[in-house]
Amino acid sequence: MKYLDEYRDERIVHSLVARIRAIAKRPWVLMEICGGQTHTIMRYGLDELLAGKVELVHGPGCPVCVTPVETIDKAIELALRPDTVLVSYGDMLRVPGSHTDLFHAKANGADVRVVYSPMDALKIARANPEKSVIFLAIGFETTAPANAMTAWQAKREGLTNFFLLVSHVLVPPAIQLLLRSRENRVQGFIAPGHVCTVVGYRQYEQLTADFRVPIVVGGFEPVDILEAILMLVTQLEEGAAKVENQYVRSVSQAGNMPAQEMMERVFEVSDQKWRGIGMIPQSGLRLRPEFAAHDAGRLSSIAAMCVEEPAECISAQVLQGLKKPTECPAFGKRCTPEKPLGAPMVSPEGACAAYFTYRRHGVVTFHD
Amino acid sequence: MCLAIPGKILSTHLENGVRTGRVQFGGIVRSACLDYVPEANPGDYVMVHVGFAISRVDAAEAERTYQVLESMGVLEAELADPNDPGPGETR
Amino acid sequence: MTEKFASSNGISCPVPLPAGDKILLGHGSGGRLSAELLQQLFLPAFTNSTLQRLDDQAVIPIAGARLAFTTDSFVVKPLFFPGGDIGSLAVYGTVNDLAMGGAKPLCLSVAFILEEGLPMETLQRVVWSCRQAAAAVGVEIVTGDTKVVEKGSCDGIFINTSGIGVVPEGVKLSSDQAKPGDRILLSGPIGEHGIAILAQREGLEFDGAVKSDSAPLHELVAAMLNFAPGIRCMRDPTRGGLSSACNEIAGRSQAGMMLEERAIPLREEVHGACELLGLDPLYVANEGKLIAIVEPGVAEQVLAAMREHTLGREAQIIGTVIDRHPGQVFLRTRLGTTRIVDMLAGDQLPRIC
Repeated sequence: MKYLDEYRDERIVHSLVARIRAIAKRPWVLMEICGGQTHTIMRYGLDELLAGKVELVHGPGCPVCVTPVETIDKAIELALRPDTVLVSYGDMLRVPGSHTDLFHAKANGADVRVVYSPMDALKIARANPEKSVIFLAIGFETTAPANAMTAWQAKREGLTNFFLLVSHVLVPPAIQLLLRSRENRVQGFIAPGHVCTVVGYRQYEQLTADFRVPIVVGGFEPVDILEAILMLVTQLEEGAAKVENQYVRSVSQAGNMPAQEMMERVFEVSDQKWRGIGMIPQSGLRLRPEFAAHDAGRLSSIAAMCVEEPAECISAQVLQGLKKPTECPAFGKRCTPEKPLGAPMVSPEGACAAYFTYRRHGVVTFHD
Repeated sequence: MCLAIPGKILSTHLENGVRTGRVQFGGIVRSACLDYVPEANPGDYVMVHVGFAISRVDAAEAERTYQVLESMGVLEAELADPNDPGPGETR
Repeated sequence: MTEKFASSNGISCPVPLPAGDKILLGHGSGGRLSAELLQQLFLPAFTNSTLQRLDDQAVIPIAGARLAFTTDSFVVKPLFFPGGDIGSLAVYGTVNDLAMGGAKPLCLSVAFILEEGLPMETLQRVVWSCRQAAAAVGVEIVTGDTKVVEKGSCDGIFINTSGIGVVPEGVKLSSDQAKPGDRILLSGPIGEHGIAILAQREGLEFDGAVKSDSAPLHELVAAMLNFAPGIRCMRDPTRGGLSSACNEIAGRSQAGMMLEERAIPLREEVHGACELLGLDPLYVANEGKLIAIVEPGVAEQVLAAMREHTLGREAQIIGTVIDRHPGQVFLRTRLGTTRIVDMLAGDQLPRIC
């Protein structure tokens, strides 16, 4: 596949690794923000290749992991209502709510359906006019234009039976929170390439200026991530702190204007709770009042629930890169993908799930 | 969740008033909304996320940067640090 | 794990209850949940040494011969898909389970569970398909059953097929026989069946050139059995994909496995679909492929024999059984690094077989 497979080229990967190892005169701590990037790193063992020179710390860029428990509980409550179809992206199905998850709700008779695209949720609404079709609209900025267009279409077509339960999060406020923390060890960031495809990277310039950390916008394939790391290490060795773009084939500084315009039409910035982290001001999106008729969050009595995570789950520390999944006492024992204690073990992009799937109990190295 | 994959636009049409494309991903074809890439046409590659194209792949830029990467292999030998044990032997 | 015992009318039944109080779709997916259900409920209930082996078929010595006996149910949705339908799948699936034990298939039973309201024409198409498939294999359908359930109680058609075959002298295939040094052979590209089914699924449609690889493997197996004592076992990687089949053998043999990513054949269309949907092809179902664990001395010859056959043209040696980390399967990535290939918990793609 063009623009994909060539960024997995072994020769280029090894030459980038060699260059990083040659340039790094001391060990550096870097964070990749997006769960998709974490997944690639774990799946291909990129951290193994950089051992001793670069430590990769995993960030909170997994929208599934940071969706508040209350949102899952609301989705389940709505799903169990008669004549209701709850439509969701596949990865949300096994995320634990406070008592159960959507997968179990389905086993209990709820009409829960998985779609690849939110436009398919609209198709379900058109085909089932007598049912309330509720779409669990989560994601980072990458997914906001898709969810926004869906809301826009629903309003335009007058699909009165279609609703969105929105839980959108924005990346820069989370990075700012991490940088402000006294426990932060991260010296450079790989910014999420698809988020930046949509919103550009101007927002990161303020962060580099305020905190003097280099930020490089990176893609998702091994070559992309390693090239971004090379750019970060080069800056760090030079004492520089600026924003650079590695993912030039998809990202421009201004980002995607039509997408941003649609987001602006449909959503407004709001305070948002991040599962495992807590409330971050102005870090989320909600539907504008003009779209109230399609806002599932306003659908009758879903009482505000006070939810407590299982005490054992340390997702807060994992999502902020303070602990590795393998440092959690419950990892792989009481917390597994089948019986997760927290969201990062369930989402395919969650750090805990990535470690479990590709590593289990530690780094595996083979010397034949 | 931020999974976006490059695909080639084969053709475009209107569906429910939305500009839509038939996009080919390594041999399979799926439709994707093209409203966010008005500059993209059949033959172009786009990055597609949950059925929406979010960028047109800048082919010239991609080609240029890829050449740089490929040529790196040649310089690798020159830069290798004789004191670095290399990956895989530190554990 | 404390055991809870099922009780009925105050009489305690010594069948332990698995953890969790409801059956989930994951319990049928061929992954970890399925394995747990087997270990925690079915095996304790039906203890016997034949069942304990947990091969794709049971081999039973009778009057000097060895009879292979197997059963499988087919609940695939949709009923018709590119490359096959529930009828042909039901025949080939059971023939393949017999073949994995080295057995020459003799005859099948077919039991239909039909939903009230099913169009007769649909049933005719499926039955005809069973007929064609059986004729292609050279087996007879010698007995059967039909039940009809109320509308809503099943999805159109469910089929169970059971099969009997004879295992030739000198052939002893079992998944507990893999030894360090053995080579792992795969008959062709993976993931075609699962993707072909997904392509039809609501919400995930795409035009595919992907057809299910559903096919009978008994002739390919017969060709390979010329090297019989050197073949330790065979498995067809259906639900749960290549990963589940390898993990099962690694577990039963208490050996480790190292697979080579670069050696695993994968069609461009399946690659594209998996990338698009974020799926790992190692976990996607196959219906016309097999893996064989082969003694290193004959591996190349077995491979050559496979490639002579239409269904084995793209066969590859994809890995080796190793003496470390018993029960664990690893993959050496195209970058030279190593990752584990874990057993899937349960898949999110119901009804693919």
